[in-house]
Amino acid sequence: MRKTRLIPLILAAVLALTSCAGAGALGTSGRTLVVAIVSNPQMKDAIALSGQFEAANPGVKLKFVSLPENQARAKITASTATEGGEFDVVMISNYEAPQWAANGWLENLQPQIDADPAYDVADFIPSIRDSLSYKNSLYAVPFYGESSFLAYRKDLFEKAGLTMPAKPTWAQIADFAAKLDDKAAGVAGICLRGKPGWGESLAPFNTVLNTFGGQWFDQGWNAKLDSPEFKAAADFYVKLIREHGEVGASSSGFSECGTHYTQGQAAMWYDATVMAGTNEDPESSKVVGKSGYAPAPVERTQSSGWLYTWALAIPKAAKDKDAAWKFMAWMTDKAYVQKVGAAYGWNRVPPGVRNSTYQIPGYQEAAKAYAQPTLDGIADANQQKAMVNPVPYPGIQFLGIPEFQDLGTRVSQQLSAAIAGQISVDDALKQSQEYAQTVGNSYKEAR
Amino acid sequence: MNKKLGPATLTVATWVLAILFVFPLLWMILTAFKQEADAYTDPPKLFFTPTLNQFAGVFERGFLPYLGNSAFVTVVSTVFVLLLGIPAAYALSLAPVKGTSNALGFFLSTKMLPIVAAIIPLYVISQRVQLLDNVWMLIILYTSMNLPLAIWMMRSFFLEVPTEMIEAGRIDGANLPTLLRKIIAPVVAPGIAATALICVIFSWTEFFYSVNLTAARAGTVPVFLVGFITSEGLYWAQLSAAALMASLPVMIVGWIAQNHLVRGLSMGAVK
Amino acid sequence: MTSAPFTSTATIPDSAQKRRTSAATTRARSQAVKRRIPLLPALFFVLAVTQLPFLLTVFYSFQSYNLVRPGSQHFVGLQNYADVFSDSTFLVALLNTVILTVVCVLVSLLIGLGLAVLLDRKFLGRGIVRTLLITPFLILPAAGALLWKTTVFDPTYGLLHFVFGTDTDWLSQFPLAAVMAQIIWQWTPFMMLLILAGLQSQSKDVLEAASVDGASRWRTFVSITLPHLSRFLQLATLLGAIYIVNSFDAVFLMTQGGPGTASTNLPYYIYQRAFEGFDIGQSSAMGVIVVILTMIVATFALRLMFRTFSVTGGVK
Repeated sequence: MRKTRLIPLILAAVLALTSCAGAGALGTSGRTLVVAIVSNPQMKDAIALSGQFEAANPGVKLKFVSLPENQARAKITASTATEGGEFDVVMISNYEAPQWAANGWLENLQPQIDADPAYDVADFIPSIRDSLSYKNSLYAVPFYGESSFLAYRKDLFEKAGLTMPAKPTWAQIADFAAKLDDKAAGVAGICLRGKPGWGESLAPFNTVLNTFGGQWFDQGWNAKLDSPEFKAAADFYVKLIREHGEVGASSSGFSECGTHYTQGQAAMWYDATVMAGTNEDPESSKVVGKSGYAPAPVERTQSSGWLYTWALAIPKAAKDKDAAWKFMAWMTDKAYVQKVGAAYGWNRVPPGVRNSTYQIPGYQEAAKAYAQPTLDGIADANQQKAMVNPVPYPGIQFLGIPEFQDLGTRVSQQLSAAIAGQISVDDALKQSQEYAQTVGNSYKEAR
Repeated sequence: MNKKLGPATLTVATWVLAILFVFPLLWMILTAFKQEADAYTDPPKLFFTPTLNQFAGVFERGFLPYLGNSAFVTVVSTVFVLLLGIPAAYALSLAPVKGTSNALGFFLSTKMLPIVAAIIPLYVISQRVQLLDNVWMLIILYTSMNLPLAIWMMRSFFLEVPTEMIEAGRIDGANLPTLLRKIIAPVVAPGIAATALICVIFSWTEFFYSVNLTAARAGTVPVFLVGFITSEGLYWAQLSAAALMASLPVMIVGWIAQNHLVRGLSMGAVK
Repeated sequence: MTSAPFTSTATIPDSAQKRRTSAATTRARSQAVKRRIPLLPALFFVLAVTQLPFLLTVFYSFQSYNLVRPGSQHFVGLQNYADVFSDSTFLVALLNTVILTVVCVLVSLLIGLGLAVLLDRKFLGRGIVRTLLITPFLILPAAGALLWKTTVFDPTYGLLHFVFGTDTDWLSQFPLAAVMAQIIWQWTPFMMLLILAGLQSQSKDVLEAASVDGASRWRTFVSITLPHLSRFLQLATLLGAIYIVNSFDAVFLMTQGGPGTASTNLPYYIYQRAFEGFDIGQSSAMGVIVVILTMIVATFALRLMFRTFSVTGGVK
């Protein structure tokens, strides 16, 4: 019967707890903004600085739901699509923004932007701005932007008597990788992502695919994963990783490759332009100042780099849209860049969004090795320059259709299995073609 | 009894096995009192200057609202389970009618439905009725999640009640509430306590519904822990502190009431 | 623990009523209705909360419906089911689920049995040891999963690295085994408690008689204790299987189903297709298939349980 004495005790404790935490559980006061964001380093700096916003806007309280990318995406998408209304501000990418705007799920931000000249929308890099627009209106404001490029170890190239061309091709890169691959010293020729996920291995792979002249669908929504071009690109990518890539390639993503490269275990690394920040950070990198940065390698196209941005948007079902806009403007205006620079140093500034960031002397100094290649990569990232054939979907390293998250993840799992050597490239493509055709058919019917 | 293995040896062996088995847990408790720098060392550090910083850090990250939600959801859903379950268990044991075993079978079979199979409709429904990110949605779901097992367990305890006494009570003209209070309650009280305990454990630790149906306002303690996974890896010391604090309430309740737990479970097996 | 009194509760009123008049039969019927009333709230509640969403799942499973593509919802008949069965990943996930459930239940049952036997004697600090041993069942599975992912399996700073001195990345080289280890750790205490309850309900006289007769300890265990435990073992298996087959936390938090699909089980795969792919149609079809498969397995399990019931004296 000890339990009987226990119950009132527990109840008392619970009542005490719920009353002090009551605000969190049952009905929050009117002006609490719920912001759903991805827990990347730059976003964490924003959370840390957000006290300044609350101080400047008394009466508005912020509540952050900060989740790893996959979970954040799942929650934000489910909530926005069903108009769940849990969030006032959501972080989305240029993959979601145009689709969701077309679906009518997002608030048009153009009126707010036009009403505030100091926000200076013309300062955004045009390709980034376009990627978040729908019918000439912005539906999300960019916080951070990136393209892809190639980092290479100048010291190793010199030692091997090699020179990186101004605009390398993939054939040249494969050749360099073979020459620089030094298994005895533990240095891989090149580091490429092999970890499954449409945002992981498929991002670099799709840029390779594009410049090899491949495509996922033709204009009639026929899946083309069995085309010779697709197969050539997949063979090339898988062979390059298997022969001269990093160890544990099938589970290496951006962060794993970052560790390999900064620890001196790879001679080249093709990945997001933000990698430069990691490579040149003396706290985490052993190769500071040893890297050159070349544009994304090409084969049949002028350029091949991707375009990606994390941006803030207001779902249609959001409750407090004025306060939401105020906060978004605070987090994406010019002053914010200065705040981060002052508080944490210039290398922590969110890159790739505003031209003015690249004019700041402090930033130019901190980022001189990679600022220009980054800017060029972002500016050149469009379908006309990066693809051979016209395609029925928007996007470079992704397909701007809702089914791609699912399709891409499943195809990338097949690709990873091929990289791990569990299945052949042909088998991987055969299964992938089936997945893709199912999706293509649904668009054929819809037309 | 055994000549080869002396009792002392067996005792030592039991102790060693037990400590090995819970070692990850003991290590977690130790890590919770470390600085982050002491948490990542090779070889792992056994001696260090303990700190309470990590616990303070957990509270700074807004732990209390989650704890409040968990406590509220757990207690209210357990009360609901008892309110609905006790009459049902009574009906299935002391006053059985035709179809009893069917009803029992039905309750048990719902436990076998994979919860994931209904998560999308649940999401859509809770959105339509404005219960998304709301503690009451979790309360409803946890009640239905625990009810079958609870009915099943409590029924076993009700079967312990001597029927002669109930019949005698009936003849004396006692009505149902009196019967319940005077004759049934004393016998089944420990069983109800054990059942409540099981419900508390399962509600407190439930993860799937909570992670999918809550966001900012109604998140429970397990959801709080997910926030510790980031692109830069985990902060072990702070994670350990959070894990420890999140688990402590059920741990304490479980420790205190472990005898009830054993008895409650064994009844379920025998009856 | 005899069956007679309880069976009589059900049968005596019935046979008595037969001898009475038809008016009495009506009264008995209304009595029966009245007796059902306490059952109804719980029945309707569970019915509504578990069956209604499932009906909606069945409905969705015949639709082509992508949540993030408005206007895409339309009837496609059995197409989703056909797609699911031609999906090699679904079959991998199915196999992983079977392996995970069977191995976890069996191993945690065996370890639980061992620990319970060790605990079923008086020794110094027995209460403390039992308290220690049940604790893994009491901590949050989410906390347990993250704890194992970090402090146990980390290739550089983990405890296993310290013990074996290798840089093995356990979670990517042995993903399914790693997940299973965590689940077994979590569920062993539960099994142990149940079996301990069984051991303690054994009649000491019988055991003493056996040892007086000169039976070895092992013989006594096999021929007396194990048969006595069989009901407890069945219950442990059933309850364990119900919860373990639904394991989600460990997969979600430790490996995210990877690498590739190496540790993807059905709950996680359906979750992925639903909340990352937003393919409501196909994930619902998978849900329905899983329910049907579970029902087939469960029917056998339940029949087993109920046979035990009727022998021991449950109510028919």
